[in-house]
Amino acid sequence: MNILLVDDSRTIRNIQKNVLKQLGHTDIVEAEDGVIAYAIFSKQPPDLMLVDWNMPNMDGITLIRKVRETNKTIPIIMCTTEAEKSRVLEAIKAGVNNYIVKPFTVESLGEKISQTMAKATGAAAAS
Amino acid sequence: MDVRYINAFIGSICKTFETMCRMPVTVGKPEKKGNNEPKTDVSSIIGFSGDAAGSVILHFSFDTAAKIATSFAGIEITPKHPDFADALGELANMVAGGAKCQFQGLNISVSLPNVIVGSNHNVSASKNSPRVIIPCSTEAGTFHVEIGMVLTQPAEAIRLGAQM
Ligand SMILES: [Mg+2]
Repeated sequence: MNILLVDDSRTIRNIQKNVLKQLGHTDIVEAEDGVIAYAIFSKQPPDLMLVDWNMPNMDGITLIRKVRETNKTIPIIMCTTEAEKSRVLEAIKAGVNNYIVKPFTVESLGEKISQTMAKATGAAAAS
Repeated sequence: MDVRYINAFIGSICKTFETMCRMPVTVGKPEKKGNNEPKTDVSSIIGFSGDAAGSVILHFSFDTAAKIATSFAGIEITPKHPDFADALGELANMVAGGAKCQFQGLNISVSLPNVIVGSNHNVSASKNSPRVIIPCSTEAGTFHVEIGMVLTQPAEAIRLGAQM
């Protein structure tokens, strides 16, 4: 399982990485903005993406829209400080599978990641 | 400044530090920013634009900033650590985002974090908008949160207090 973490804060990426490692995932790639993330995605689509909203160069919502142009199936979790309902709806419309608002506890992050992966695996098995 | 804005920021400060740093915050009485601006070593700044314009600034001493960054990151972060500014900028980002989502009916964008690191500096903001200083104390020491926000559209359009 290859996971792409996209956030301009390295501190956040490190926290996310620790949670993923605790869940047994070590195949992790990082990107600090949407441009780098899209280049990584284009070369080798990951099995899961965790995406921040506010980043330089290309923000997360633009990245997700671009990814969804060609790939409808990669599970994408948005992890952001943007907490308004309107933003959550905008992200769902863009194609996210789950949404985590910062600040988050490591437990809630772990749960949402497991939830999203279980759903994606279930959907893949059913199809 | 409308007290409801101040309360939204206070709530967001407490939630951010408790959740990310496991550090309860005791908030003191908010004061109008006067002429003797607080001297600070680290300032994490997030700007607002859209239906409201302004900024929120977290002011720390080096010592408190390092302790807070360490609790947040889960590894020792000294002021020389490459992630020092990153960690403090992201905390300001969360404080701004948490407050912003309480301003229902307002469409506000936040800037990327800017972090100023330098012994004993002060940050001057526009004299046109009132600024409030919120004193905060934690087990890591005290810090100050400065907020300044003006509406760019009529206040009637705003309903506060809504939570996701
Ligand atoms: Mg960000």
